Amino acid sequence: MRRTYNQAAIIFLALVTAGLRLSAQIDLSGSWAARNYGDALGNRPGPGPTPVDYLGLPINENARERALLYSPSQISMPERMCSLYAPIYVLLGPFGLKLSNETEPRNGTTTAWRIAAWEDMGTITIWMDGRPHPSANAPHEPGGFTTGVWEDDVLTTFTTHMKTGVLRRNGVATTDRATLKLRFFRHDDILTVTGRIDDPLVLTEPLYLTRTFQLSKVPPYPAVGGPCIPGDEGVPVGSVPHYLPGKNPFLFEMTTKYNIPHEAALGGAETMYPDFRKKIRDSYEFPKPCTADCGGPGAFPLR
Amino acid sequence: MSGATRLASPYLLLSRTCLAVVALLLAVTITGPANAQPPPHVLLDAQVSAKTSAPFDISGYWTSVITQNWRLRMVTPPKGYYMGIPMTPAAKQVADQWDPAKEEASGGQCKGYGAALIMTLPERLRVTWQDDNTLRMDIDAGMQTRALRFGHERSVSAKATLQGDSVAAWIPRRGPAVPPSTPSARYLKVTTIHMLPGYLRKNGVPYSDKAVLTEFYDLIGEPDGEQWMIVTTKVDDPIYLEDPLILSAQFKKQANSSGWDPTPCSVK
Repeated sequence: MRRTYNQAAIIFLALVTAGLRLSAQIDLSGSWAARNYGDALGNRPGPGPTPVDYLGLPINENARERALLYSPSQISMPERMCSLYAPIYVLLGPFGLKLSNETEPRNGTTTAWRIAAWEDMGTITIWMDGRPHPSANAPHEPGGFTTGVWEDDVLTTFTTHMKTGVLRRNGVATTDRATLKLRFFRHDDILTVTGRIDDPLVLTEPLYLTRTFQLSKVPPYPAVGGPCIPGDEGVPVGSVPHYLPGKNPFLFEMTTKYNIPHEAALGGAETMYPDFRKKIRDSYEFPKPCTADCGGPGAFPLR
Repeated sequence: MSGATRLASPYLLLSRTCLAVVALLLAVTITGPANAQPPPHVLLDAQVSAKTSAPFDISGYWTSVITQNWRLRMVTPPKGYYMGIPMTPAAKQVADQWDPAKEEASGGQCKGYGAALIMTLPERLRVTWQDDNTLRMDIDAGMQTRALRFGHERSVSAKATLQGDSVAAWIPRRGPAVPPSTPSARYLKVTTIHMLPGYLRKNGVPYSDKAVLTEFYDLIGEPDGEQWMIVTTKVDDPIYLEDPLILSAQFKKQANSSGWDPTPCSVK
């Protein structure tokens, strides 16, 4: 009888404590539709960013030189056709978020949050159980290794051990030294996700990017495409499409099409700040009116 | 074992103590206090000024950091470029008539500096407490000033202005019914109406005087001491938008006023 009393009391206490713990979090679970109310700069479907558009990226000279060698045909390489983007892509891609939590069955605490896979990005698991990051020498995976904590009711995550990835889908790349910190700010049905990317080999300053999402009753589109099967898109195995130094044919694309000064198109930390606008404002001439891919009523993909 | 012995058993006493604690916890967590007063954190906000109850220090100089949508923000995009805006046909009709030269000649340069768009422009902010319940936000781009009033009751007959009439509140992230985990676990919410018609994009995409602007301000403190402010804006407009337009902007806190450079409105 004594044992029964004690067991009942302990179970009751555990349940109450679990309830209190559960209420100590913001619930982020659900489907969050992307709200891509911006420009076609890598977080839009279709053609993505313009070649040699490094506007607003605090990249160093090495990163710029590497990006200028990039040819968009690289994604047609059989070796790369099915490769997945690193978790940084969650700030760049066009898709919504499917967020779910994994709970510890005995006390209900969240042991991990998961951001479901996209067709070109793997599942991101955010470990909430206090486990440490692996050794710096541990293998890097496409999904990296992510831990999370709640700070003032904001989910804050930290990702290491990523493979090389993209900062913009026109050749600006990150290295395996990059780290990513995400903050999930929930405001009722709007979710603001801000990311800080550090990469000592590419960036002269941390890069901050922000995306917004809205709670949705339907899963984000598309959750995942079919299985990726490498095919022949005209690039032979072993060949890496590229431009030799100084030979990129799109070097002045931004200036020719949009009257954006060439020095701006090449990016750098200076281009992020308001003083840069003052520098170019007087010399900026309005480009010709838009005639293709201009958006407008009914041409708004919410995703 | 006699009944007296059973009552004196330390095991049974432990069980009863546990059950008493459980009952107390349940009473507090499920039924709440006997008198149905609002939770203490709600009372606190109602009784003290917005300045005193601020969860973070928003005052100071901030510079915008433009890493996204550069072509829409650092320069005025081409006429007819509406990508990303859930506009109505009526909005397109208005935007298609946009003529920067005429606008400049008619003194309409500030239409792209109204409350619905201004936080996304390249600019510096100077945020101060005008009084205990009003945040004043000076913006060097276009030389604009916004007043974010806490506990403010709007007048229906108020005259519309470019920056509108803004009501501010500190909102607990968990909602009003649950105490925040820390005093800082709140964000700033600002709702603005009574705006003069202006532009959602500087190339003439309009918003009407029926538009409602809702903003969310979040602060980030980095371990290296840097502070960032993330502003999420949502514009609802029954005339010119099919869906709410949601944008965001990032600001980095500055140590001083360096770079503060009030500049008149410009169509470029």
